[in-house]
Amino acid sequence: MAEITTHQLVKEFPGGVRAVDGLDLTIADGEFFALLGPSGCGKTTLLRTIAGLEAATKGRLTIGDRDVTELPPGKRDVAMVFQDYALFPHMSVADNISYPLKIQRVPKSSRHATAAETADGLALHGLIDRRPGQLSGGQQQRVALARAVASNPTVFLFDEPLSNLDARLRLEARTFLKRLQRDLGVTTVFVTHDQAEALALADRIAIMKEGRIQQIGSPREVFARPANTFVASFVGSTPMNLHTATVSGEHVKVAGSSVPIPPSARSRVSDGDEVIWGARPEYLRWSTEPVEDSIEGSATIVENLGAAALVTVDAGGTLIQLVVDEDDEPEMGARGWVVPRIDRTLLFDGASGELILDDTPTSP
Amino acid sequence: MTTTHETTPMKHRDAVGIVRTTLAKIGRYVFIGFVIVFFALPVLWLVTAPFDQAPALRLSVPEFTLQNFQVLIDNPYALRSMWNSVIIAVGTMAIVLVLAALAAYALSRVRVPGRDILLYSLLLLSSIVTGTAAMVPIFVLITELQLIDTYLAVVLVMAGGLLPAAIFILKDFMDNTPKSYEESARVYGASPLQILRHVVVPIARPGLATIAVWGVVQVWGNFLIPFILLRSPEQFPGAVVMFTFYTEGGQPNLALISAFSLLFSIPVVLLYLFVSRRYGFRFYGGIKS
Repeated sequence: MAEITTHQLVKEFPGGVRAVDGLDLTIADGEFFALLGPSGCGKTTLLRTIAGLEAATKGRLTIGDRDVTELPPGKRDVAMVFQDYALFPHMSVADNISYPLKIQRVPKSSRHATAAETADGLALHGLIDRRPGQLSGGQQQRVALARAVASNPTVFLFDEPLSNLDARLRLEARTFLKRLQRDLGVTTVFVTHDQAEALALADRIAIMKEGRIQQIGSPREVFARPANTFVASFVGSTPMNLHTATVSGEHVKVAGSSVPIPPSARSRVSDGDEVIWGARPEYLRWSTEPVEDSIEGSATIVENLGAAALVTVDAGGTLIQLVVDEDDEPEMGARGWVVPRIDRTLLFDGASGELILDDTPTSP
Repeated sequence: MTTTHETTPMKHRDAVGIVRTTLAKIGRYVFIGFVIVFFALPVLWLVTAPFDQAPALRLSVPEFTLQNFQVLIDNPYALRSMWNSVIIAVGTMAIVLVLAALAAYALSRVRVPGRDILLYSLLLLSSIVTGTAAMVPIFVLITELQLIDTYLAVVLVMAGGLLPAAIFILKDFMDNTPKSYEESARVYGASPLQILRHVVVPIARPGLATIAVWGVVQVWGNFLIPFILLRSPEQFPGAVVMFTFYTEGGQPNLALISAFSLLFSIPVVLLYLFVSRRYGFRFYGGIKS
C-alpha cells in the first residue's frame, strides 16, 4: 500500500510566497497521477515536498501508513526522475542505475546484476558500459527511469519527464512510460505543464493554479466538465471558446445570436443571469446554410492542423474558434453558421467563473 | 590627379601596400623571435649549464660532465632541502585542497548574505597575506604562537595566502554542478558526505587537480616566507637553500646552483604533465554532456 495523502499542506518560501497553499489531496495506491498547471503554479514544489527535497511549512504528508512529513528524502522510499535526468556524468550507465543499491549497501556483484536486468527491461541492452554523455536524450531518460525502478520504491515522482525530448520521441516515450507504470503498478506522481501529456498518461489529474488545486478528476472529467474557466481554457489542445452571455428563456444570447442552454445547466439558471458560455472548438460545426440555434459570422483565419483546420470566425466582433474537417474548410471571409453540439457546451458563472452544473450530472 | 594618370598611382599605391605589409610581417616575426629568445635562453641555460665543467652565466656547448651532480650530492643541505620542499608543498596543498573544497561547496550551496563581497575582499587581501607588506606582523604572530622554525608555520601562512583564490576558483566549479545531481543522490538516501564523495568531488575533479598543482607550484618557488619563518638550515626548502650556494670566495657557486636548479624544477614539470594528462587543466566549472 502506498497511498499518498496530504493534509492542509503548506509550503511557504522566504519572502512569503506560498507555492503550495493548504492542500488536501489523496493519491490512491498504484495510481498514475498528474499535477498539471502553468509555470509557477506550485506543482513542482508540491512534488519536491512529497520527495522531501523541500520541507513543508505546515500540514502533514503520509505515504502508505507512515507520516513522512519530518523524514529526510532518503527515508521516504520514493524515487524521483528529474527534468534534466540528473545522471551522474562520471559514472557508467550500470553504476548510475545501481547507485541507489550502492547506498543501500547491496554487494557490487548483485547490484550490477540488478542493473543489467533493469536496463534490459527498459531497452538499454548493450549500453550498460557507456557514460551518460554518450547516450541520446531518449536513452538518458530511460537510464533515469531504470535508476528509479532499480531502487524499488513505493512511489515514483517524475518532474516533467518528457519535456527534454523532441516532439516525436516524446510520443514514443509517453507510451513507454504509461506501459512501464502499468506493469509495475507503483504509485506515480508526475508534474507537467503540457495538458496533452497529462490527458494521455494520467489516471487522474490535479490542475493547479497559484498553489491551489482547481480541479481533480479523470482526464475525461477534466476535459468534459472543467470546474471553472481556468481549467476550461488550460485543458485542451485548442483553448475553449469562452464568451460572456445572458440567459434568456430557454436560450443564452452570445455573440449576437442565441443558442440553447446546455442540458446540464438548465435547472440552475434563470432569466437574465450573466453567464459565460463555453464550447470547445472540436464540438462546433461549420455550416454554409442557415441553421437554427447557431451563431452567424464570417471565417477570418484558417490555420491548418493537418487532417483538420482551426477556423477563427468573427461573429459581430466576438472571435469564435472551431475545428473543421479538412474537406469542409471554408474560404477566407466566407459567411456561415457555427453550430454547437448543445450537450457539449457549458455555462460558467459570470462572476466566479465556476461551472454551472446540475446536482445530478448526466454522464459526460 | 587627372584621369589619364589614374591607373599609375593606383599601381603605385598597391606596391606601397605590399611593401608595407611585408615589412610589417618581417617586423612582427623579428619581434616574436626576440621574445622567444628572451624566454628560451634561461631554459636552455638550465638544461646545458649543469652538464658543463665550468658553468658560467652564458650559453655555450657544454664540456660534458656529471661532476656538478656529484658536488650536489656531497652538499649536506641540497638533497635534504628538496625533501623539505616536498613536505611543505604537499602539506600546504593538502590543507588548501580540503578546506577550499569544503568552503567552496558550502559557499556555493548555502545562501550567505554578502557572500560575493566576502569572497572578493578575501581574494584582494590574500595577496597581502603572503606579500612583503605583512611579513613583519606575520613574523610577530608566528613568534607569539611559538611556531617559529617549524614547517607548520610555513604551511599555515602559505595555506592562508592561497585559500581565497582556491575557494574562488573552486566555487565556480561547484556552482556549475547542477543541484539536481545532489538532490537525486539525496532522494536515494545518500548522506551529505556520501554526496560529496560520490558526486561533487568526481565532478569537480579537474578543478581540484588544477588547484593542487597551482598550490604546489606557488609553495615550491616561494622564497620569502620559509626564509623568514625558518631558522635552522636543515629545515630550509630548496628555494632558500639555493640562496646559500656560494663559493669560499663569495662568488655564486654556479656548478651547484645550475645542477640544483635543474633538479629542483623537475618535480614541478612532472607534476604538471601528470595532472594535465590525467585530468586536464580547467579554470572554469561545468559539465560537458
